[in-house]
Amino acid sequence: MSTTDFIKQVQNKEIDVVEHTHKVLEEIKKINKEYNYFNTISEELALEQAKSVKKNPKGRLAGLPVSVKDCIVVKGVESRAGSKILSGYKPVFDATVIEKVKAEGAIIIGKTAQDEFGFGGFSVNVGVGMKIPLNPFDKNRACGGSSGGAAGIAQKISFPHIAIGESTGGSIVNPASFCGVVGLCPTYGRVSRYGLMDYANSLDKIGAIGKTVEETAMMLSVISGFDEKDSTSINKPAENYENVVGKIVKNMKIGVIKESLEEGTDKEIKSDIIKAVKGFEELGVKHEEISLPLTMKYGVEAYYLTAMSETSTNLAKFCGMRYGKHEKLEGGFNQYFSKVRSANFGEEAKRRVIIGTFARMAGFRDAYYIKAAQVRTKIIEEYKKAFKKVDCLVSPTMPVVAPKFSEIKKLTPLQNYMMDILTVGPNLAGLPHVTVPCGIKDGMPVGLMLVGNHLMEGKLLQLAAAYEQK
Amino acid sequence: MKVDKDLIEKVASLARLNLTESEIKKFLPQLKDILESFSKIDKADTKGAKPSFQPVELKNRLREDRKGKCLTQEEALSNTEHKKDGYFKGPRAV
Repeated sequence: MSTTDFIKQVQNKEIDVVEHTHKVLEEIKKINKEYNYFNTISEELALEQAKSVKKNPKGRLAGLPVSVKDCIVVKGVESRAGSKILSGYKPVFDATVIEKVKAEGAIIIGKTAQDEFGFGGFSVNVGVGMKIPLNPFDKNRACGGSSGGAAGIAQKISFPHIAIGESTGGSIVNPASFCGVVGLCPTYGRVSRYGLMDYANSLDKIGAIGKTVEETAMMLSVISGFDEKDSTSINKPAENYENVVGKIVKNMKIGVIKESLEEGTDKEIKSDIIKAVKGFEELGVKHEEISLPLTMKYGVEAYYLTAMSETSTNLAKFCGMRYGKHEKLEGGFNQYFSKVRSANFGEEAKRRVIIGTFARMAGFRDAYYIKAAQVRTKIIEEYKKAFKKVDCLVSPTMPVVAPKFSEIKKLTPLQNYMMDILTVGPNLAGLPHVTVPCGIKDGMPVGLMLVGNHLMEGKLLQLAAAYEQK
Repeated sequence: MKVDKDLIEKVASLARLNLTESEIKKFLPQLKDILESFSKIDKADTKGAKPSFQPVELKNRLREDRKGKCLTQEEALSNTEHKKDGYFKGPRAV
């Protein structure tokens, strides 16, 4: 049953939401034992909401199970951003996106697994003592990250469901691509970040993962819009993106990113992308090759320097004082804070905080942090120039299919970062992007990424849906 | 710039992290590798480019100063293990 049909049936009282929610909870508990997609299953909240939706089945998401990435706060449900340092933290408020989906009748089923604070592309950098989510197609492979649990459950669940994910440098489209589902990351500021635990505040965006483009469009329609509580929220009203599905795309134009099909990208993936471009051609969509030399050359460095610098300040608040993990109050301020942080941050969190602190230190700040911000300006300009010629840019989402855990173990941290080469560009430039499945290699899904200009989610989803339905 | 044990220890202490000997041993070559690679951006031509600290142009936004909903003292303190007389209790300052 499609998600739209499901919601209609709930609204018409043809489905008993409480009974249905029980079934969903049973299934996700079973899946979780095997695949580790949830850090917390919010059974109590889900059933309480189901009862209230049963009485009043209104709302655009009436009765729909929704999973939430762990870094987005849900009132009364342990929210850890995948980190041990937030163990036991039960937020006393809802993030704006949670308020919005609750108001539309969605049922919050749990908090999904992720790399600690979003620090990774494979969801293997989970917090101390937490479990790594496994790829739904092959348990020896990664789900991708950092919204790994979100993408995994979106693929594996048999009931209608939409996941709320979050991306800083590719954390929505990367796992969606590795798990064979659709991931949508909107324009920076399109969706309120209020209640999202920052990884890097000038890069973080909340988005959606689902089985279809329509589902992600449906979620974006609910969660987007101006929010006074987020100072970086774009002052534009929410739009309805759902009607883009099925719209004619003839005479639109896509740009194929030249460098994305050169060395570094798997040959079979390259041929899947070329096939996808031919598919667009059959829909009457024109194409041309677009080169993004600066983005492809310096994107990874500019992204990581920016993200790590911001992280090193954003994570300063985790010090065992007001929430999360506490230790015995001993010693002075610095001794106490250092003790809590050293014992409860994972390895990658420490690595990133150290590099970020270094990049902002007197004497190095101009060469690293400020330089990265200047490169960011140039990258934004490069994309803006491309969008004068085309409606949308396409490339593979990831240069490889989901790697095996044994392969990931052999990668150095730097090699890990380099895997993000195709996704950091749109994230640095704050551009909306979406991934749709476009092929299979070695039994593993391949994703096609479409990138649109700022606030052009409608056009982007229109093209993605046309390709998907072909 | 020399990335060595002293530098890592200095940076870690600024970041309020105590690293163990084995963490330092592990991080040292990794950080050298990463910083060397990141130094590549030095070659990027950014002449005349202003730094971007946001991807979308934003103006300072102010709102009217008015009374709104906020957390109660009890709610604000509900997640801490260290509190006293309705306040957070921190470690010794001096």
